[in-house]
Amino acid sequence: MKVPLSWLRAYAPVPEQATPADIARRLTAAGLEVETHEPVGGIDGLVVAQVVTVEELTSFKKPIRYCRVATSADDLAADPQALRGVICGARNFAPGDRVVLALPGTVLPGGFEIAARRTYDHMSEGMLCAADELAVGEDHSGIIVLPPGAPLGADFGAYAGLRDHVFDIAITPDRGYAVSIRGIARELASAYQVPFTDPVPAGAPEAGTAGGYPASIADPAACDRIAFREVSGFDPAAPTPVWMWLRLARCGVRSVSLAVDVTNYLMLELGQPLHAFDRGKLAGPIVVRRAAAGERLETLDHVTRALDPRDILITDGSGPISLAGTMGGLATEIDERTADIVIEGAHFSATGVAAMARRHKLHSEASYRFERGTDPELPGPATGRAAQLLAELGGGTVAAGLTYARADAAPVTITMAADYPDRVAGVPYGLDTVARRLAEVGCTVAEAHAPAEPTIAPWRAPPARPGATAQATAPVAPHHGKHDREVPVLRVTPPSWRPDLTDPADLAEEVIRLEGYEAIPAAMPRALAGRGLSPRQRLARSVARTLAEAGLVELHTDPFAPGKDADSLSLPPHDERRPAVRIANPLSEDEPFLRTTLLPGLLRALARNTGRGFTDVALYEAGLVFRPRPGAPATAPILATDRGPDTGELSRLEAALPDQPAHIGAVWAGQRELPGWWGPGRAADWADAIEAARAVAATAHLTLEVRAAAEAPWHPGRCAALYVRAVTAPKHAAPGSEQHEWLVGHAGELHPRVVAAFGVPARTCAFELDFTTLAVAAEASPKAAAPPLSAYPLATQDVALVVAAAVPAAAVEEALAAGAGGLLEDVRLFDVYTGAQLAAGEKSLAYTLRFRAPDRTLTVAETTAARDAAVAEASHRVGAVQRA
Amino acid sequence: MSAPNKSYDPVEVTALSAGEIARAVNDALAAVAAAATLDELKAARLAHAGDRAPLTAARAEIRALPPQARADAGKRVGQAQGRVREAIAARTAELERERDERVLIEEAVDVTLPGARVPVGARHPVSLTAEKLSDVFVALGYEVAEGPEVEAEWFNFDALNFPPDHPAREMQDTLFVAPPGGAGEGGRSGLVLRTHTSPVQVRSMLTRPLPLYVVSPGRVYRNEASDATHLAAFYQIECLAVDEGLTMADLRGAIQAFVDALFGAGLRTRLRPDYFPFTEPSADVSMECHVCRGASTEAGADPCRTCRSMGWIEIAGCGMVNPRVLVACGIDPDRYSGFAFGLGIERALMLGHGIGDIKDTTDGDVRFSRAFGMEL
Repeated sequence: MKVPLSWLRAYAPVPEQATPADIARRLTAAGLEVETHEPVGGIDGLVVAQVVTVEELTSFKKPIRYCRVATSADDLAADPQALRGVICGARNFAPGDRVVLALPGTVLPGGFEIAARRTYDHMSEGMLCAADELAVGEDHSGIIVLPPGAPLGADFGAYAGLRDHVFDIAITPDRGYAVSIRGIARELASAYQVPFTDPVPAGAPEAGTAGGYPASIADPAACDRIAFREVSGFDPAAPTPVWMWLRLARCGVRSVSLAVDVTNYLMLELGQPLHAFDRGKLAGPIVVRRAAAGERLETLDHVTRALDPRDILITDGSGPISLAGTMGGLATEIDERTADIVIEGAHFSATGVAAMARRHKLHSEASYRFERGTDPELPGPATGRAAQLLAELGGGTVAAGLTYARADAAPVTITMAADYPDRVAGVPYGLDTVARRLAEVGCTVAEAHAPAEPTIAPWRAPPARPGATAQATAPVAPHHGKHDREVPVLRVTPPSWRPDLTDPADLAEEVIRLEGYEAIPAAMPRALAGRGLSPRQRLARSVARTLAEAGLVELHTDPFAPGKDADSLSLPPHDERRPAVRIANPLSEDEPFLRTTLLPGLLRALARNTGRGFTDVALYEAGLVFRPRPGAPATAPILATDRGPDTGELSRLEAALPDQPAHIGAVWAGQRELPGWWGPGRAADWADAIEAARAVAATAHLTLEVRAAAEAPWHPGRCAALYVRAVTAPKHAAPGSEQHEWLVGHAGELHPRVVAAFGVPARTCAFELDFTTLAVAAEASPKAAAPPLSAYPLATQDVALVVAAAVPAAAVEEALAAGAGGLLEDVRLFDVYTGAQLAAGEKSLAYTLRFRAPDRTLTVAETTAARDAAVAEASHRVGAVQRA
Repeated sequence: MSAPNKSYDPVEVTALSAGEIARAVNDALAAVAAAATLDELKAARLAHAGDRAPLTAARAEIRALPPQARADAGKRVGQAQGRVREAIAARTAELERERDERVLIEEAVDVTLPGARVPVGARHPVSLTAEKLSDVFVALGYEVAEGPEVEAEWFNFDALNFPPDHPAREMQDTLFVAPPGGAGEGGRSGLVLRTHTSPVQVRSMLTRPLPLYVVSPGRVYRNEASDATHLAAFYQIECLAVDEGLTMADLRGAIQAFVDALFGAGLRTRLRPDYFPFTEPSADVSMECHVCRGASTEAGADPCRTCRSMGWIEIAGCGMVNPRVLVACGIDPDRYSGFAFGLGIERALMLGHGIGDIKDTTDGDVRFSRAFGMEL
């Protein structure tokens, strides 16, 4: 909110020597953040002048006036031809009008200096000013025409209060009272410890309709106060006084007409939005009620709105005439002929107006204030002042009588231990300071004694039922040492303008912020028994590092996905990656879904990189994917907040969430090893992807089992399904069950169709792993055990085995290992051969078997026997034949 | 080679004469010295120390000497052969050294040739920052807590004291999850993309034993257009402490310890009132600019880009956990109090590393992550 210092000073007499910077600092320290502040209106050389004659100059492209102006009573009596002449392009004035004259030498905002000069064949000795030229508004439709009473020849800057300092203050949504001069001035007075003058006189009018416009409240939950005052015989053409439009301008509000300006002025000053109805357009008694089905209202912005049954309306005999606290109706709007005005001021439900404003996407200055909570005691005084101003400034008469409907609300009194603010802040303020600060914000404070410490959560409900979380059922701790004496307490009644003060914690905050956060010391942190990162968290970091060290670049891609991703990946109709979580209000209509797999995001990033000339890249991402849970409830419940939830409630909440496993995805394109002076490069291929997946698993001390698969989005002949074994099932099996095997992901080369769909290089390879499952499997697995380090000599045996081409190497290796027995240390495949020396459909795999015993040097006979046993097992399992 | 001949007079065996031996040695030494290459040296060795060399022949004649003369002759020949062998060995070593030096020089390479055969990998700097900030808290004794990104509204708002239809709920433009089964009319799922990491606080309070000290880094979402300083999906980190007797002084202490750990001791921190529904009182946290340390605020000083010459940098929001949040999480606020503070990870990264456009962090260009490598 923009506010001029002069307006604040009217109610908070801040010392003259207080600098704007100091004022800004103190307001910010009190919680009203001054975003900017700047001096305005420091213009010398402006005088109030009167136009005496107007000569129309018609020989130019546009109509120009040459005016003779008077700046003193003597001038008025003098020969007009002897008076100062000024050229003016505006036409909104006539001889006799008082205007603002900038004398030669005046420097206007923007550095424009007025000089006496000859123009349009006339000598112009000054300028008649428009509002924008004085930086008091944007109006350039004409020059400023002052009321007739403006003192001739007076310094305009002094007369209008032009020199000022404007503060732009960001008001947090809890401080509705501070969206007003009244609220900010109160804070300023407190910050400087000067007396605050409330612009609202104390005491509210009696409720009832005493000769005023008939009105009633049908729904007290929607509106608990409404007041109407009438002004008749108002002159619709009456000008707004300079001081008023200047203050409006300083707050960034444009002058419209006196009647509108008065309502805006009071809204700014008091924080009470007001609405002016044309008395002649009202029909019958006014009722505040909710909308009925099918009702419509055309609002001031010429939009006809279908009303919702929750909308709060001002209605008369004709039906809806205003969206309460949001926007008035067009049919009852005051216009340039309105002489009889009904001013309405009300206190509407904050949440009701907030919901209505959101429903109709209508956010006005009024709804902004109502949403934050207005002072329910203001409608009476504010409408009273409005009527009085309209009568004074617009020549009308305040009609006798006042309509004031109110629903009774019980006053709220908060009982708080007197030292509670001290205990929140860790600062001993003392009871006197606490009571004084609360009085400054407007609270009524009574000191008392209570037999026990009052709770700080009096609104707390008992736990829902047995089964509530353990902490919820924990008994209230006794306050040791406080049984034998009474506890000093404060009974605090917040003022009507502070609906935000409901809890002892709110009161504590008021005390602490007014005493200053700078007064709070920094205590040494307690020594805590933290256990560091969890195994899973450490594993996540290790895996990330492993991949980066293997030459992959970590990315964070946006998780928003277009609907076409599933098709681009060629996923089959019932693939679990097809159903996706949809965003109701997506950032982009093209990407309304959340990703179910990391690959599309990575492939798009890959395409961006290759498009920018980075063709040899490997990328990875670790992040969540989102999979709707079949059979999940359609809606997550909103639980109570005045107690802790029970386990049943929590599990219903969790059940509505989608599955969100952490995945790791990676893609490779181009050269894995670059060509260079050392020789040719090597293209990244399916084996790189599988090897990287193995490296990830190895980081978790898990061994991947790799099996051929033919799943989307992979190349059907170059796709590996990756499995891990662990002792416990991640999700379902009971602990201690047998070794269990889970699919943790796939790796390989992408299908050419997928490559084409994403526009990535041919032969792009990838993997995607379920990190959540890997981490659980890792935790379920035994810790890494130290191996025995035998120093006896190594014995090696090479074998070449012929098998059918379809036999996986992994099966051959597994058979060799099983057959070789305990002396086998390692099996290493060193050659794969297919060709002329073999029959079609056969391949030869050559292995080195490494043997070692823990306790002796092996004999050739022993290792040969072990080799023969290995070959025999391979022969038995996969039909291997040893090559001659 | 002659058979032993006991009747020979030693002086008749000319090969064993001192003069002959000396001449043979001199010839051998001259030939060895003259050998310029290992091949020439080999020839010289064969000629002067080989089977047919004069000294070898002379040695064979010793047996022809009378026994009393053999020892003397043997000693003479042995010494002579020894001198020749030493000369050959020395010359061999010399020539081999020369050869090796020449070969090694010939084998020299250009060590400035580029060697990056595998394109380099890198961590993402936002991940690295999240880990670095987490580690600071972990070092203070906090534990890292995580939570889902699609979150129930109750966790994201209600339990954190954002009342329905309160303007505070609109401070954070929210992405709502559509209810399953297509677009229901005004249907709601009760799920959102979490707008902050604070729901992890709620989850921690509901599941972890008290006292509780946790830190939660993670990705959060807002329904707002991306620009140079805003992303729709970005990262926050937030700490929460719930214990008996915690005060704002403890909060200030924790913040100061955090700033000290990140930037070194000596930078002051400042709290100013702010508003968050889940804390009461609430504050925003500023620290003295770590670059100019306030110097840029002096008249005539060079401007500071990091703090825009304000001397202070806003780094976090904080406050004492609102008792309403404790109650919603089943914690007795008459016994326990808590504090929390949180900050944007990208902002922390941008402060330290001169990133001009936050969108670079999600663009996926390999140049971005590679510039940071494996550690910040």
